[in-house]
Amino acid sequence: MKSRKRKGILARLLRLLAFRKRTAKIGLYGPPNAGKTTLANRIIHTFVDENEDMGVSTDVPHETRRAVRRGGIIIDLKSKSVQNPNPHSNPDSMLKRERAKLKLDVVDTPGLATKIDFHEFMAYGLEEEEAKRRAKEATEGVIEAIKWLDDIDGVVLVMDSTEDPYTQTNIVLIGNMEARDTPVIIAANKMDLSDAAPQRIINAFPQHSVIPVSALKGENMEKLYEEMTRRFR
Amino acid sequence: MEIKMDLISEDRINSMGSMEKLRFVLEGVKSGNIMVLEGGLTSEEQMSLIELTMTEVDEDFPGIEMSGYPSKKGFLNMRRKARLTVIGPAKIMRTMKKEKGLISAIISAF
Repeated sequence: MKSRKRKGILARLLRLLAFRKRTAKIGLYGPPNAGKTTLANRIIHTFVDENEDMGVSTDVPHETRRAVRRGGIIIDLKSKSVQNPNPHSNPDSMLKRERAKLKLDVVDTPGLATKIDFHEFMAYGLEEEEAKRRAKEATEGVIEAIKWLDDIDGVVLVMDSTEDPYTQTNIVLIGNMEARDTPVIIAANKMDLSDAAPQRIINAFPQHSVIPVSALKGENMEKLYEEMTRRFR
Repeated sequence: MEIKMDLISEDRINSMGSMEKLRFVLEGVKSGNIMVLEGGLTSEEQMSLIELTMTEVDEDFPGIEMSGYPSKKGFLNMRRKARLTVIGPAKIMRTMKKEKGLISAIISAF
């Protein structure tokens, strides 16, 4: 635990000196079913290839059970038209867009959880053996996601706006990022749903940037990309 | 069904090494106990506990439920330890609600 922290401090110092990384490695973290893979796919569709997917997203929790990395993504808001419901609403955004360019690797990680019960998968229609296999893989996925934290330059913490944000996994993840001084942006996802309450997330984590988005519908993504280029540079 | 709750003093927790502490907590929870740690675990320790828990998850032990009050920042913004951490078996501790200054554990042992 101490060595992780030391590594974080060393990495930070190196960045501050001459060895600033040209490519930021950004981890998409969060609880299962928050929409991490949907967000990863949205980023790829917008900036790389609209026919390419990083992963499959379904309603079954722990669909992503292995971390997937996609390198060489250039977020260039100047050259890319990002869906914005009201593009003339913010004159500052044009200024920001002039500078908004970021090269990054995106790592879509398995959902973080403190418990994995195979019975939950059976409730989605999986046979018992399949459910047990998925549960086993999901536990390995959680470990893999935690290991990846050592190699991440920034985190987009994806939360479901319809759920209680004040869970211990969210708190632990944010606490770990603060201890490593790794920048965090919270994407309050699923803002398009009628019971979404992104304000709850903003209230729960007032010290962090919280951007309400819908990765599925592409709503407010420009704000998230602008914040990413600002924080992860 | 009886449920045992262990209230662990900060002195007892601090006398243990990192891995010893996590193993102590996890063994207690796997035995069906609810562990209340005075002084709590740091965020890094809690993350390590999640990692360790995942290596132990099986059909009989689906994992843990954990809650605690966040660390307070002290002098010169130096981080301090969490103040209290509650950890229990996910099988019986089905829901945990948390508000400012209040942790509610709902235990269902059937």
